[in-house]
Amino acid sequence: MKLIEELWESLRDALVGLGAVARFLLRLLAAAPRALLRLDLISQQIYNAGALSLVIIMLSGLFVGMVLGLQGFQLLQRFGSEEALGTAAAIGLVKELGPVVTALLFAGRAGTALASELGLMRATDQISAMEMMAVDPIRRVVVPRFLGGVIAMPLLAAIFSVIGIYGAQLVGVQIMGVDGGSFWSQMRAAVGLRDINEGIVKSCIFGVTCSLIAVYQGYYAEPTAEGVGRATTRTVVTSAVFILFLDYLVTAAFL
Amino acid sequence: MDYAVNGGRPVFTGLDMDIQRGRITAIMGPSGTGKTTLLRLITGQVHADSGSIKVAGEELRGMRRAALYVLRRRMGMLFQSGALLTDLSVFENVAFPLREHTDLPERLIRQLVLTKLQAVGLRGAAELMPAELSGGMSRRVALARAIVMDPEILIYDEPFVGLDPISLGVILRLIRRLNDALGITSIVVSHDVQEISTVADVVFLLSGGKVVARGTPRELQSYPSDVVRQFVGGLADGPVPFHFPAPDYFGELLARDEDA
Repeated sequence: MKLIEELWESLRDALVGLGAVARFLLRLLAAAPRALLRLDLISQQIYNAGALSLVIIMLSGLFVGMVLGLQGFQLLQRFGSEEALGTAAAIGLVKELGPVVTALLFAGRAGTALASELGLMRATDQISAMEMMAVDPIRRVVVPRFLGGVIAMPLLAAIFSVIGIYGAQLVGVQIMGVDGGSFWSQMRAAVGLRDINEGIVKSCIFGVTCSLIAVYQGYYAEPTAEGVGRATTRTVVTSAVFILFLDYLVTAAFL
Repeated sequence: MDYAVNGGRPVFTGLDMDIQRGRITAIMGPSGTGKTTLLRLITGQVHADSGSIKVAGEELRGMRRAALYVLRRRMGMLFQSGALLTDLSVFENVAFPLREHTDLPERLIRQLVLTKLQAVGLRGAAELMPAELSGGMSRRVALARAIVMDPEILIYDEPFVGLDPISLGVILRLIRRLNDALGITSIVVSHDVQEISTVADVVFLLSGGKVVARGTPRELQSYPSDVVRQFVGGLADGPVPFHFPAPDYFGELLARDEDA
């Protein structure tokens, strides 16, 4: 009996939390049109979330692509169809690994930075000070960060996929000796617009999810050192779970 | 006016105060009497459970966010920590309200900001970042930022905490000068009896969620009340107990391990 009660309690808490995040998203969207007038603030945040994540995204993309090249080559060799390596790597990267791994890295790099920055702003009264200066912190601070993340994430995922494909080519063609012509031509023949769209849709959804979770956790962080730490951890954990869950939903929807 | 934290422990019950225009009003009281909470109530950051709070003739209860923001443009507030925006330079911090609320040309913004920085003696620090400032300096920058929109009401939350005697003197003189020169209504929350006595016109002493004394600093020195005498004289024990409520001291010390 007690177990059921506790389960019910935590389910209710989760629903209440989800509702609070949804309301927060509505507040962000309501403030977005006016925030969009301040392009300087948004481009600064695209730089923070996007450009500063470039190195880690590119490096990871390269290594993931190289591993794909190796594994793919070994597997395809068993069926004597190594030329399909380009297709396999491209589909795997564009549809799945690109958006998902980028989103996970993004949550770890940009998401935690967003959450701890906002949490510290709250802890050091900067948010209250803005409210006292009659400046809406949602519009001035939160929305630009949210939009910056939403815009940066699909771009990062695209860069990840491109670098990944070159990584697979490097290992497959340059090292393992797959024919370069068939690597590229089979890829071009097999990868369709629908595959690319799936990747774009996923990375956009992940961008919104990660950025929303990060700004929500940061903005409502308890104003203590402990609270900010907790908000940062929660950002990564919640983002990771939601990314993988939503990934399944979107993949199923595209079948 | 009544106020309780999340409907729990009451902070104020039946609090009644009036703050006069154009004067420096000090709000004093022992730690934990809700002085900062009172400021949050006056500025509409939290709302009273019952009763009414009027600022410049406008009722705060039930006020919409937009109207509240219009009212706040007429107020300036100096936070205990300074609360400077850490990603902006000193100059940009002071310029922040101007940039957000006005379309003034850059030249004019520059002049206004430099004038205010000059008033707090930190024109030379305009290009520094908040992390490079000492505590006293950040508070002076925050003061420059609070007055840059020429507010009618200026609120200081514990402006003297942690300042060296020189910075303290500077801040005290600034409070007086701003009040007299610009006709600002000043509200200073503090528990520094000596400092506040030199600058305040009226003092309210809060304790237990109520006003226990009001008058000029001089009147408070000879106020016929134990609470006031304890507070002004800085006595450790009195109506405001030194000890947080606890079980019997010896009983707890001598309790056997298994009881503890």
